[in-house]
Amino acid sequence: MSILVLADLHEGQLAGATAHVVAAAQAIGGDIDVLVAGEGVQAAAEAAAKLDGVSKVRVADNAVYAHQLAEPMGALLVELADGYTHVLASASTTGKNVLPRLAALKDVSQLSDVLGVESADTFLRPIYAGNAIATVKSDDTLKVITIRTTGFDAVGSSGSATIEAVDVVVENSQSSFVKEELAKSDRPELGGAKVVISGGRGMGNGDNFKLLDGIADKLGAAIGASRAAVDAGFVPNDMQVGQTGKIVAPDLYIAVGISGAIQHLAGMKDSKVIVAINKDDEAPIFQVADYGLVGDLFEILPELESKL
Amino acid sequence: MKILVAVKRVIDYNVKIRVKADHSDVDLTNVKMAMNPFCEIAVEEAVRLKEKGVATEVIAVTVGPKAAQEQLRTALALGADRAIHIETDERAESLAVAKLLAKVVEEEQPGLVVLGKQAIDTDNNQTGQMLAALTGLPQGTFASEVAVDGDKVNVTREIDGGLQTIALTLPAIVTTDLRLNEPRYAKLPDIMKAKKKPLDVKTPADYGVEVASKVSLLKVESPAERKGGVKVASVDELIDKLKNEAKVL
Ligand SMILES: Cc1cc2nc3c(=O)[nH]c(=O)nc-3n(C[C@H](O)[C@H](O)[C@H](O)COP(=O)(O)OP(=O)(O)OC[C@H]3O[C@@H](n4cnc5c(N)ncnc54)[C@H](O)[C@@H]3O)c2cc1C
Ligand SMILES: Cc1cc2nc3c(=O)[nH]c(=O)nc-3n(C[C@H](O)[C@H](O)[C@H](O)COP(=O)(O)OP(=O)(O)OC[C@H]3O[C@@H](n4cnc5c(N)ncnc54)[C@H](O)[C@@H]3O)c2cc1C
Repeated sequence: MSILVLADLHEGQLAGATAHVVAAAQAIGGDIDVLVAGEGVQAAAEAAAKLDGVSKVRVADNAVYAHQLAEPMGALLVELADGYTHVLASASTTGKNVLPRLAALKDVSQLSDVLGVESADTFLRPIYAGNAIATVKSDDTLKVITIRTTGFDAVGSSGSATIEAVDVVVENSQSSFVKEELAKSDRPELGGAKVVISGGRGMGNGDNFKLLDGIADKLGAAIGASRAAVDAGFVPNDMQVGQTGKIVAPDLYIAVGISGAIQHLAGMKDSKVIVAINKDDEAPIFQVADYGLVGDLFEILPELESKL
Repeated sequence: MKILVAVKRVIDYNVKIRVKADHSDVDLTNVKMAMNPFCEIAVEEAVRLKEKGVATEVIAVTVGPKAAQEQLRTALALGADRAIHIETDERAESLAVAKLLAKVVEEEQPGLVVLGKQAIDTDNNQTGQMLAALTGLPQGTFASEVAVDGDKVNVTREIDGGLQTIALTLPAIVTTDLRLNEPRYAKLPDIMKAKKKPLDVKTPADYGVEVASKVSLLKVESPAERKGGVKVASVDELIDKLKNEAKVL
C-alpha cells in the first residue's frame, strides 16, 4: 500500500490537522508521502517532514497553487495520484473542496469524513449528523478519503522524511483569488483546542460574547458558537460548531445559552466532558451534559470567571 | 442565462433517525421527508437571480425515486420554471449523481449550476465538486454570497479560517452554505400553479450512466450513546466537580 496525504495549510504554515491525517494513514498501513502544495511553503514542508511515519514530503511550490484553489489543486492531484492506493486529506474546507475533484476525474467514489479504519478497504463514517455510523467497503482501485481529525490522535513530530520538489505546474484561467477575511485570534484553533466554550442565541448579542473571553483566557479555550448565534450576526461563520460547521472533541466543552439541537450536538458530542449552562431546565443539551447548571448566564458567567 | 438547480429528497432535518434492528441501514419507513435544506437555499438563490433579471430560466433537477417528484414540485412552487426527474430506485451515490447532472449540463448549457454544499443524510459534501471536475467548470463551494458580473461570478466562501472571495469564469458551479440567503415559503397559489409546470421524467439509461457503485454498505450502527450526567446547584459545585471528579481543570 502506498498513501498520499494532502497537507492542510493555515496562512502558509502546516496546520495541526495533518498530523491526524497521517495517523489515519498509519492505521491503513503502508508507505506514507505528504504533498505540500502552495506558494512559499518551504517551512510547511519542513514541518511535515518531521511528522512520524512519513517517508517523503513532496513540495509543489508555485504561484498557481497559492490559496489552494480547487481547480489547480485537483489537476495537480490527478497528475500525482498514479502509483498510490489511497489519497487522504482532512475534512477541512480545503480537503472537502479539492478531493472530490480528484475522485471524479479518476472515476472513483470518495469516502467523506472517515473516523475509523477497519482495514485498507473498509472504513467507518458518520451519516445523518452522526446519529448513525456506517461501515463502508470500497472496491475502487484508488481510494479517495477525507478524514475527520477527531477520530485519530495526532502523530508525534520526531521524524525526518526526505523532501522532494514536484515540478508539475498546471494551468488555471478559470478561477482567481480576490480576497480573504481571516479571523485573527490569539486563541487556539477550534478543531485542536483542549477546551472549547461556545455561546448560543441565549447570549443575546455579539457584545455579550465578551463574557466568554475572560473564561476562555483563564482556561486557554477556543470560543465557538451555535448556528443561531452565527446567523444572528453575533459572531463570524468560522466559529460555528455542528453538523454543517466545525466538529470538535475537546477534553472540556462548555455550552452556554445553547439549546442542544441535533445539528449542534453532531459537532460536539464526542467531547470528553460536557458542561451546559442554560436557564431552561428542560433544554435538550442537558441530556448530553455531564454537568448541567440551570440559571441565567448573565449571572453565572461573571461568577465563573471570578472563581476560576 | 439558464440556471440549473439540483435538489435532493432527504429525511426532514427535525427527525431523529433510528438504525434498523438488523443493522443493514437507517430505518426510513414512514419518516417525514423533505427537500435538503441546502437545496432550498440553492433554489432560493436561483429564483432571486431570476427576479433580478440575471437569469432567464430556472430548471430544477433531482435524481431519485418517484416520490422525489414532491421535492421538484416544491422547487417549482418556489419559483423554478420547469423540472427534470431522473428516476431510479437504486442507491445513487455522489459520483453517479454528478455524472447524470453533467449530462443535463451538456444538454441544457446553463450559465450557473447551484447545488447544496451537503446533503444532511449522507453528509458527503462532494456532488458539486465532482460535477465541476466532470464538466471542466470552475467551482465556488460553501457560498455565502454570489455576485454575477458580466461573464464572471464572484463567490464568497465560508472557509475554516473565515471568508474567502474568488472570481470564476461563467459557466460555473456553486454550492450553497447556510448564510447565502433565507429561503421563502411556498404560497398556496404558487403550489397550485406548480402542479401545471412541466416536469420531464428520464432514467439514468437515457443518459447512458451506470448508477452502480463500488462502495458497499456493510452495516450501520448507532453511535455510543451519551448519558446525561448530573445537575449542579452552583458555580462552586461546578468548579469542584470539574477539578476533582472530571479532572479537566
Ligand atoms: C441544515 C441545517 C444545518 C444546521 N447546522 C447547524 C450547525 O452546524 N450547528 C448548529 O449549532 N446548529 C445548526 N443548525 C441549527 C440548529 O437546528 C438550531 O437551530 C441551533 O443549533 C440553535 O441554536 P441555539 O441553541 O443557540 O438557539 P436556541 O435553540 O434558540 O437556544 C437558545 C438557548 O439559550 C437559552 N437561554 C436563553 N437566554 C438565556 C440566559 N439568559 N441564560 C441561560 N440560557 C439562556 C434558552 O433556554 C435556549 O435553550 C442547523 C440547522 C439546519 C436546518
Ligand atoms: C452508505 C450509504 C447508504 C446509502 N443509502 C441510501 C438509501 O438508502 N437510499 C437512497 O436513496 N440513497 C442512499 N445512498 C445514496 C446517497 O443518497 C448518495 O450518496 C447521494 O445521492 C449523493 O451523495 P450526497 O447526497 O451525500 O451528496 P452531497 O455531496 O452531500 O450533496 C450535495 C448536493 O448535491 C446535490 N445532490 C445530491 N444528490 C442528489 C440527487 N439525488 N439529485 C439531485 N441533486 C442531488 C444536491 O444539490 C445536494 O445538496 C446511500 C449512500 C451511502 C454512501
